[in-house]
Amino acid sequence: MAFKRTPQTFNCSMNEVTFGTGEKAVTIGGENVYPLYTFDGEIKNKVAIGVEITDNGFDASVPGIAEFYAGCEGMAAIAKRASEMPGASFVVLTLEGADPNGQNKSIEECAAIAKEVADAIDCPLAVQGCKNIEKDTELFSKVAELCAGKNILIVSARQEDYKTVAASAVMAYGQKMSAESAVDINLAKQLNVLISQMGIAAENCVQNVGSAAAGYGFEYVASTLDRVVGAALTQNDGMLQMPIVTPVGGESWVVKESTASEEDVPEWGSREERGIEMEVSTAAACIIGGSNAVFMRHPEAVKTIANLVNALM
Amino acid sequence: MALKGIDIFKLTPKKNCKECGSPTCMAFAMKVAQGSADISACPYMSDEAKAQLSEATAPPMKTIKVGAGECEHTLGGETVLYRHEATFVQRPLFGVCLCSDCVDEKLENTLKVDYERIGEREYVEVLYLIYKGDKDAYLELVKKSMGKGRLLVLDCKDADAAAAALEVCGADKPILNGATPENYQAMSELASKCGVVLGVGAADLDALYDTVAALEAAGNKNLILDVTGADAKESLSNAVQVRRAALKNQDRTFGYPSIVNLAKLAKDDLHTQVALASVFILKYASIIVMQEMTYATALPLYGLRQNIFTDPQKPMRVEPGIYPLNGADENAPCAVTTDFALTYFLVSGELERSGVPVNLLISDGGGYSVLTSWAAGKFSAGTIDKFLKEQDIEGKIKSRTLIIPGKVAVLKGELEEKLPGWEIKISPNEASGLVKFMKDL
Repeated sequence: MAFKRTPQTFNCSMNEVTFGTGEKAVTIGGENVYPLYTFDGEIKNKVAIGVEITDNGFDASVPGIAEFYAGCEGMAAIAKRASEMPGASFVVLTLEGADPNGQNKSIEECAAIAKEVADAIDCPLAVQGCKNIEKDTELFSKVAELCAGKNILIVSARQEDYKTVAASAVMAYGQKMSAESAVDINLAKQLNVLISQMGIAAENCVQNVGSAAAGYGFEYVASTLDRVVGAALTQNDGMLQMPIVTPVGGESWVVKESTASEEDVPEWGSREERGIEMEVSTAAACIIGGSNAVFMRHPEAVKTIANLVNALM
Repeated sequence: MALKGIDIFKLTPKKNCKECGSPTCMAFAMKVAQGSADISACPYMSDEAKAQLSEATAPPMKTIKVGAGECEHTLGGETVLYRHEATFVQRPLFGVCLCSDCVDEKLENTLKVDYERIGEREYVEVLYLIYKGDKDAYLELVKKSMGKGRLLVLDCKDADAAAAALEVCGADKPILNGATPENYQAMSELASKCGVVLGVGAADLDALYDTVAALEAAGNKNLILDVTGADAKESLSNAVQVRRAALKNQDRTFGYPSIVNLAKLAKDDLHTQVALASVFILKYASIIVMQEMTYATALPLYGLRQNIFTDPQKPMRVEPGIYPLNGADENAPCAVTTDFALTYFLVSGELERSGVPVNLLISDGGGYSVLTSWAAGKFSAGTIDKFLKEQDIEGKIKSRTLIIPGKVAVLKGELEEKLPGWEIKISPNEASGLVKFMKDL
């Protein structure tokens, strides 16, 4: 008696969203099987990897990252180099310097950097804010305006500012947006409902359902991803079928495992290796959970995850 | 197929004798159907009926015991495909593969990775011993690996060499991973004779299925499935389909724990092995074998494993106590929060990022977050006061500044009354505001 295979395919699928323009535009989503379950059915689009840089450039404290960007003067050169990182298909610019509790750079200055980056690269761009809602709301509007025609991805619109982001970024300037909620399927759905009620079409919105580094409450991320993908596919829940993007680099490189110095914990070995493995592990766990795109930092980690995606999809 | 309570009821004596502990036979039958009572509790059911029922009500995935003494572990027994449906039960074990050529340099480094994370010991539980054709060298390898407190897995398809190895280490109850469609009869006899679990592998799922069925027919149900395929893609496919067949489609032939060897799938590429191990932690491996284990690979993998294998109904807790951060001494201010692991990680992470020395006080909030434990009365001025006294904070720390979470700002007045001499400060509502708050303190 042979083994009876029972593939799980569904009559519905995740939405497809394309950002960027031209040949290098990136399309994510569209699958009608569980993440990486190629044995159940063909998966339409590969998981995409975005390379994260900030308005301050890159993390020069990590030798491998510093080496990768060696010789780059100015944001345009850094962005160009990031866009060429093997395995990645788009660039993520995090405007951390806008934070009023940090460097407090002006809206104009940050938006100009976004414009400079967008012009310097020929692949798609995603822009993350500084996590300060008030500042981000204004910042995203300005960035969307200056980058008009580039079809960039604005990350993210939250419960508090989704209206402005949807109205300015998507409706006025034709960009794409990401709806961000904190590791809870109900919050994710509620926000997606509100955004769709504003008339934002399915092809213009992705979702970020929350993120954490491996070991730091990742069970919430894993279960939220499982439940969102499950509801999207098994119940054909149109309000959860947005493709999923997950910022990984920012989470992975701030935890103790990736930051503790070699003097403080000699038995742990190279700090850089620890950071790479943390980023790799977190990204892989997100992808098997259902992330259609991940944002990452280290060239070695990006290469590894690109290989994983190629090997499994 | 799972049996309904009513089907089980038909086989009971229907005399409501209460000897099983349930008020009626019907109630007993419902409990058995749910899995909360065992059929053997009924003294009057015929042996025939019991046999029929214990087969039908048996769990879809077997629970297998491996190893002996301090390296005894339990594998399998899972009931769901997704942890939010109930919980994952047995966290996967990690192994490192050793061969006679590399054991001397690798074994010592492997044993070095051994630490504690939120109350659990994290180390390489399994030594995976690969047979390379030289029996004497293999026996040497087995001897060197014994007595280290680790479960041994013999990767050996040669019945003669396996028998010799089991003579040496059989008492430690290793796993004999070596049965194939070609040799399974001899291997099964050997494993049964020594009372060890037999690992079964095959070129594809059909051959694996047939081999397991043949082993079961021969009476050996003490098995583990080697799902390692030709490449990563096939291995993931195997791992998922095996588990799905058992749990979703109630096909008990595949209702066994599984083992996957990543050293074979991504030889010499440790980064890719970490990526794959992360995938297999979530997707159903019971033993994950790596080429090597360093702190760099262990820290994220064990952290991820601990996260995924927590019971969603029981929050992860950290030990209450004083946690000095950024080199805090007795003069550094105190910040208090609850023992919910996620709260602890977020708060301690942000406090560390601020670079400001601070004594983080973790009080017993029943494992809940700040607001939840406050609402449950487990994080109040009274409990904080009690905690400070129990831990003798006033004796251990000279600073008299106590920072409380913004979400329980209402406690300030009451705390000032209970803790004379202390200055109570209120931190921001969200941990993300802590860096600035601490710098401005």
